[in-house]
Parts: sequence; structure tokens; C-alpha cells
Amino acid sequence: MILPDLSRATVAELSAGLTARQFSSLELAEAYLARIAAAQPTLNAFVTVDPDGARAAAKAADTARAEGKSGALLGIPLAQKDLFMTEGLRTTCSSKMLANFVAPYDAHIVTALKQAGSVLLGKTAMDEFAMGSSTETSFFGVVRNPWQPDAVPGGSSGGSAAAVAAGLTPAATGSDTGGSIRQPASFCGITGIKPTYGICSRYGMVAFASSLDQAGPMARSAEDCALLLTAMAGHDGRDATSLPRPKEDYSRELATPPSAKPLEGVRIGLPDVFFGDGVDAPVVAAIEAALVELCALGATTVPVALPNLGYSVPTYYVLAPAEASSNLSRFDGVRYGHRAAQYNDLSDMYQKTRAEGFGDEVKRRILVGTYVLSHGYYDAYYLKAQKVRRLIADDFQAAFAQCDVILGPTVPTVAPLLGAQSQDPIKMYLNDIFTIGANLAGLPAMSVPCGFAPNGLPVGMQLQGPYFSEARLLNIAHRFQQATDWHKRTPKGMNHE
Amino acid sequence: MSKWEIVIGLETHAQLSTKSKMFSGASTAFGAAPNTQACAVDLALPGVLPVANVGAVERAIRFGLAVGATINTTSIFARKNYFYPDLPKGYQISQYEVPVVQGGSLTITTSAGQKTVRLTRAHLEEDAGKSLHEDFHGMTGIDLNRAGTPLLEIVTEPDMASAEEAVVYAKALHALVRWIGICDGNMQEGSFRCDANVSVRRSGEPLGTRCEIKNLNSFRFMEKAIEFEVHRQIELIEDGGKVVQETRLFDPDIGETRSMRSKEDAHDYRYFPDPDLPPLMIGDDWIARVQREMPELPAAMAARFIADYVLPAYDAEQLTASLAFARYFETATNIVGKANAKIVANWMLGELSAALNRHEIDIENAPISPQQLAALVTRVQDGTLSNKGGKEVFEALWQSGKDSKNDIDAVIAERSLQQISDEAALEKMVDDVLAQNPAIVAEVRAGKEKAFNSLVGQIMKASRGKANPSQVNVLLKKKL
Amino acid sequence: MALSQNEIQRIAYLARIKIDDAMLPRLQQQLDSIFEMIDALSKINTAGVTPMAHAQPLALPLRKDSVAEPDRRDHYQQAAPAVSDGLYLVPKVIE
Repeated sequence: MILPDLSRATVAELSAGLTARQFSSLELAEAYLARIAAAQPTLNAFVTVDPDGARAAAKAADTARAEGKSGALLGIPLAQKDLFMTEGLRTTCSSKMLANFVAPYDAHIVTALKQAGSVLLGKTAMDEFAMGSSTETSFFGVVRNPWQPDAVPGGSSGGSAAAVAAGLTPAATGSDTGGSIRQPASFCGITGIKPTYGICSRYGMVAFASSLDQAGPMARSAEDCALLLTAMAGHDGRDATSLPRPKEDYSRELATPPSAKPLEGVRIGLPDVFFGDGVDAPVVAAIEAALVELCALGATTVPVALPNLGYSVPTYYVLAPAEASSNLSRFDGVRYGHRAAQYNDLSDMYQKTRAEGFGDEVKRRILVGTYVLSHGYYDAYYLKAQKVRRLIADDFQAAFAQCDVILGPTVPTVAPLLGAQSQDPIKMYLNDIFTIGANLAGLPAMSVPCGFAPNGLPVGMQLQGPYFSEARLLNIAHRFQQATDWHKRTPKGMNHE
Repeated sequence: MSKWEIVIGLETHAQLSTKSKMFSGASTAFGAAPNTQACAVDLALPGVLPVANVGAVERAIRFGLAVGATINTTSIFARKNYFYPDLPKGYQISQYEVPVVQGGSLTITTSAGQKTVRLTRAHLEEDAGKSLHEDFHGMTGIDLNRAGTPLLEIVTEPDMASAEEAVVYAKALHALVRWIGICDGNMQEGSFRCDANVSVRRSGEPLGTRCEIKNLNSFRFMEKAIEFEVHRQIELIEDGGKVVQETRLFDPDIGETRSMRSKEDAHDYRYFPDPDLPPLMIGDDWIARVQREMPELPAAMAARFIADYVLPAYDAEQLTASLAFARYFETATNIVGKANAKIVANWMLGELSAALNRHEIDIENAPISPQQLAALVTRVQDGTLSNKGGKEVFEALWQSGKDSKNDIDAVIAERSLQQISDEAALEKMVDDVLAQNPAIVAEVRAGKEKAFNSLVGQIMKASRGKANPSQVNVLLKKKL
Repeated sequence: MALSQNEIQRIAYLARIKIDDAMLPRLQQQLDSIFEMIDALSKINTAGVTPMAHAQPLALPLRKDSVAEPDRRDHYQQAAPAVSDGLYLVPKVIE
């Protein structure tokens, strides 16, 4: 058995190793399980690890391979964000409400990744019900950033981002309602893509804000993201918002032979809103350096305007809590989940169950959402926000008439320290300003590592494209990654071998 | 003091007769063991999503066309948010601002004549589960089998002015939804439920405050509940009080309505478009197809019966009370011929209806088929059977049950019910009786009417009731 | 837009979340700052703009009317806090 360095191994490399019989899937799974066990006390990236399930799946994959089966994900260990239903395995949304909830069925993307032969290692921590940008609201304790343990990993898919960055899994799933894949990917120095709304079925993904939620992959490279997305995406009749489009191979553009100017003809749109005062200097520096690199690869830049993007945060903080307040009503202690131990009557049971089961951030958002939908406020808040949402989406459409991709920082800052923002939710909300637009418009967007701040924390650049431009975004990121090594850097101390 | 006017609007929840639920593939069959027909979507497990049932939408279109309404080519599913244990998601998926069916009307016939009740709208939504209040260790049991069953909520304008009108409308609506096959109309099982909005005002004054009465699960209860509520409101106002807008529950045991305080606390349903469900789009081609497949509606069919079969309006209306009844009539009439339509109608509205009522069964389950009834009518018409004999055959056929497929002539033969119409045989009987009763013959000849009837009686007795009475009459008169 | 503590309690009741009175001042402060941020929306001219409810202009897909779900009651009720005779149990509902 010759295992590669798992702190930096990609899915593509591991797949090649499995195909070449350099190691078995079971050996690979065992190695990752050991890494998880070693890192868990410090990082706390997982809520649930499933060694038995992982071994059984790995053995099955090895058997399948011995029988002549193959596939890019056959035998590849993965982790699922803990809001995807995994039958027989605890699915908690990092909430006390579901702390003991064993999922009775598999989410669509879980089934899809299982059918591709992947091996589920466990479930990663997140902000409770995906509400947050730091993974500090998890009922199961904070998750730490592998690059700097006193920094947050970002959120809400912070467990997935930390696990990938630390080499506890080669790839993981995330969900993205306002940046929850891209922002932690940026903070942890990995690659993550939120596809066009409707590309990945939402069936079995616990809903936060239904009209914004999208699943997507988080991995060490754009190439790996393409492999995972190809398996995850596809029409599903169980989700009425799943797009009826033919299956796509998101790796298809990556295979074209390298050339000196692989990005020839690519027009990069630069909205000045992404380069304004609020962006930290090290972030600006990294993005500008990345732009130089992209232009060296043949791309050109063009200024574009997103005049209403500045309103994306208030728009989002009306729409997302409104939908969430309704989506989370099902957690009432009647059919599953937490139920208060003491209560006087039915109403008291509801109120105590939900007061105990939900954390402060979730409760805050439910209250905001309930308020903006309530009698007399609907037009001023909810309907108004839906109209501004249209303006923001129209801005993107106008911009994409002039460019192929919009580039900027994923987040205005690098990862803040733990606890730095929890006292001031508004400041944390405003940091989502660059990522929310893609959710409101339903556009594909990804975060790609593009440098480091002087304090050693990673910086990510965001690529946003028109609807269904995932393959192109992934190719641009892939060409950038062929020319750079930011995505290959690993945090210190994560090489447990 | 001016007269009181009563203003009533009805909201009817008709369960649509689909096999599966509005937003899930679970069965809608009634009566299963608790929660065995509540799937992941019905239970609102985390992560599940609704997918709409084409059969429910099609039934809504059919209803809209049947009442002459507009079918909205785009309509929106919205969430109605409230907490209740029989509502698993904490919201009901319904239609709020833009329903699938808008407008339309239903014409009803009351004792005062015809009246048109305008419909406001009809919208698709899902039913809730059931709370079973019997004691389960001091708790309430929740059965979610019904949760997610498709409903069409049909809302009228406040066009009805009496409990009688409300009941006639409800019956007409009940007949219509069954006629067009969108709802089984089973009120005991809750397939057809009405709520009434009732208010009173003095003539010429603006609309009064209304109360919504729930739980009107039979036409009889509806009438009693509305009458009670009207009296309650009038008395309240005449005593100087004010009607409070509220939901009231009809208690059939005491025949009164009472306030449902639990439904009153902090109503704020926070409707918003369901982000899980894109707009429902209904193309013209779909509407056109449903229109083509629409059965002839009761009013049109009744008019045709009057024109084609020369039936009285009353008969035509009775025969079109349900599609099955009307089809029965047409099947039988096609066999016996248009000229005998009225005789078929008489049999159906007389003997058959009485038997159906007596045995409390639907026409669909009648033991006598329309073919058998047609044969029976034919045998009465050709003189084989007397009217009385016909009734006996009817009874015999009924008793032998639905699957017997008895041949009517065999029944007649078996029971020797064949009428004696043979001229020679009858003449012999008449001659014999005349010969045996010279005294009575003398009385007849002396002009005593009663004596004539006595002779007829003797002849009928001699024939064991089988002599054709009209022929006997003719013969007797001739001989005397 | 400042919310009174009474309004917060009314909203909390609608959402069926018990809020201790001791928590109210801090919550009120947080909600106020959130609504202050949200109130920026009122400045935008949205006359004639169609509200956007969905990210994609899809029409509702419709499912065939057929029964496709088997009885999985026992499986689903394993997660239930209280069941008896196949029923979910809740504190007595008074109508």
C-alpha cells in the first residue's frame, strides 16, 4: 500500500491511485478515519463519524472494482454536511432540535453520491440550520479553522470546509443560501461551487430558505468540484424546483489540452462594488494578483455595474428569515426531534420545545421572518424585498451582456477570530455582501483560493457566471489552478503521517 | 321596525377523488389504520418537498368549467402558517391571492323559484390530519392519514338569504361535484364539508358582522345551525348587544352554535407564495381537453329530457339528481323507446326510488339493472303483466339481488304472473261466472253499478287475478 | 422601525417560541439593529417591478396521480417523542 499525502491529496489523484491498485478503498477509508479521530479534538469538524458504515461502503467499492466497475468517485471517501438526510445515520443540522434524529431516508444528492460508489465518512458540523457565517452557532461546539485554530472556519458549511482543508476528507458537500459554501471555502483555502439554483435537487436537504438554498461540492480543486458536481447534479422529480435539464459532464472543458493562453477570449467583469472601501487590503492585494495571473492566461477585464448589489444584504435578511420562519415550523416536538420535558399544555409544549431546541441565532431569524410576513408588514418588507431581488437579478443579467464571468473577493476579509463577531450579528451579516447576490439571482458562483493575508489566512476569489455556466466557471478556475499553487498549500500541523 | 334580512355565504371543502395526495404519492383511501398512509412528505420530515398532483388540478379545472368560471392560466400556491398538531408542516399549502378558479355561478331551484348563487372562487389546498380526542393516556392522538388529501375550497358570494337557500345550494353543489366526478360527496367520511358565514341586518342597512359556523357535516345540521345562528344574532341585536366576528362550532347534540375561542387567539396566517412550488400554469389546450371530456351537465340534460322525451319539468329534474340516475334512465329508455320514456320515469321515480330509499342504497348498487327495468316496462306495455304483476316482478327481481341477472320472462313464468289476455279463454270465464250468478246478473240489468263490480271481482278471482281487467270489462259490458 | 417588547412577545407567540422577559431588552436591541439595516430597502424605487419569488422562471411540474408510497409507519415513528396505537400523542387539544 502506497498512500499519498492525504493532507493534500485530491479526488482525482486518489481515484487514479485506486484504479492503479496502489491502495484499496478500505485502506483509504481507514486512513481518513484515523486522521479524523486525530483532528476531532482540536478542529471539531464532524458531528458524526460513521466508521462502520464507511468500512462497509469501502469494502463494497473494492468488491465492485474487483468486479470490473470503475468511476471517478468509486471508493472515494466523502463527508456530508449535516443537513443532508443520510438514512440510518444521525442528521442534526447542528441543532439540539435534531440532536438525536436518525434520518429515515437519503437525500437525493446522498443517493447520487452513494450510487457513484463514494464512501461516506461522516457528517460535518455547520451553523445551526445553516444560519450563520462562522459555524459558531453549532449545538455541538465551535469548529476551528485548520489554518489558525483561534479563527473561525466560516459558515455555515464550516465543518466541511475545515475537514477538506485539514485533509480529513478529500471532498465534502455543502449548502449555500447566502454564501455558505463559498465563504467557508474562502476562509479555509479550498474550492467550492454553488451551482445555478435548481441544478442539484433539494430533496432531503433540510430547508433554510427554499428559494435560495443550493447544494454544491467543496474540495481541494476545481477539477474535484467538477467530478462531484457531475455526480450530484441532475433532475429530480421529487423537487418541483429541480430543473429538467439533461445530465451534464462538468469536467468536459477541463480535458482540453493546456495552452499558453487557455483563457483567451474570456471577458472578466469587474464591478467596482467588489473593490470598495470595505474590503481589507490583503484581500484586495490577493485579488489583484489573481487578476494579473488570469490576464496572463489570456483573459481580459471589463468594468461592469451592479448598482443594486449594495441592497442584497437587507433583501436577503428579509427573504431568508421569512422562508426560514415557515420552513422551521415543522420542528414542533410532535413527530420527531426535541420535545420539552415539562409543559402545561399544547401551546406551552410548542413554545418550550422550540425555545429549548433552537439556538439564539435561529430564534432571532425566525422572529425576524415571522415579523416581516405578519399582517400589515408584508408589503413593506417581504414584497418590497422580492422586488429588490428582481432588480439585483436584472443587474446581473445586464452585466453578463458585457462579460463572461464576474470576479471579486468572495468575502471582504479573511477569517475573523472566534467570538469576534458573535456579539455583533449585523457586522457578520454585512460580510455576506459579495456572496448573497448569486443566491438572490440564482446564479452559479464559486470560490477559488488565490492567496494569503500576512497573518497566514487564506483569501478566496469569487467567480460568478450566467445561468448554467458551471462548466465554464470550473474551467476558468482549473486553468488558474494549473498556473498557481494556492490551492495546494496545506495548513501546518495537518500532516498527521 | 323594519324586517330582518339574512345574509349567508358558504365555503365548501370538497375532497377531490384522486388516488394519491395533493403533494405526495401516499394513498387517500379512507379508513386505513392510523398513520399508515402518512408518508415522509405528509409527516413533514426534515428535507421533504411537495410535488403537485395533476389529477387534483384537472378536477379543479373540471369544476371551474362546470360552473362557468374563469380558469386562471397562472395561479400561485401559498403557505398559510399556523401551529396545530394535525398540521405537520406548521403551514397549509393553499392558494391565496391567485386561485385556480375564479368566479362562476350555480343556479338553484328553491320553493320560491330559481336563483343564481355567484361563486367568488375555488382554490386547491391540502387537508389537515385528524386529532382524536378520546383519551390516550390523557393526551390527544394525531392521525395524519388525511393530511395532504387534496381539497377544492369553493367559496360563494354572500348571496343566500335563508337557511333553505343555503341548503338547496349545498345540495346542488354536492350533486354537481359528484356529477362531474371530482368528489365522492361522502359527508359521513368528511369528503364534503361546509362552513357558513352568517350575518343579519335590517332591510336597507349595511352588512352586519358575520360569524363563521363550522362543522356542518350534514344538510340537516346546516339548516338547524343557520336557523339557530340567525335567531341568536337577531335576539342579541334586539337586546341591545353586538355580534362579534368569530368562529362558532355547531353542536348537533344540543342544536346550538358556540364560540370556538381556541381558533380566535392571534390569527395571523402570514401567507406568502410557497418557494417550493413554482406557479401553476394551465394551458388553453388542457382547458379545451377537459371541456371536451366534460359530461353533459344536469341542467342541460334536464332540458334535453323535457324536449326529447316530453317529460314534465319535475320528472326531468328528479331524473338528473345524479349522473348515475340519469344514465340509468337513458339506458332503460333507449331500450323501450322514447314513446315509453314517461313510463320509465314513473317506475324510476316511484317504485325504484322508494326501494332505494327503503334500503338506503345508491342507484349504482341497485339490484335491478336498467335493462331489467326496460324489460319489465315492455312486459307491462305489451299486456303480459298487469301493473300489479309488474310490481310483484319488480319486488322479485329486487330480492334476487344484483348479480342474479334474472330473465324477466322466467320470473313471470315461475310466478305465473302472466296476464290472461286470450279472448276465448276470457270469454269462457265470463260466461261461467254469468251462468253461476243469475241473481247478480239480474241486479246489473236492473241498473245496479255495484253489482257490475261484483261480477268483475268474481271473474278476477276465478282467474286468480290474472285476467286482463280492461278486457274483462269490455267483455262483460258486451255480454250484459 | 423599533419593535416594542409587547410586539416581540406577540411575534414570539406566533412563532411559538418562549422568550423569557429577562432576554427581552437584549433581543429588542438586536432586532432593532437588524430592522434598521433592513429599512434601507424603503429607499429603493421599485415602482412597476415584478416581485421575484423564484430563482428560475419554471412552471409547476405535475405528478401523475398514482399511489407510490408504501406504509412505513413503524420506521417513521421510531423518531417520535410519544406514540400509542400508531398515533402521535400531544397534550390534550381543547377546541
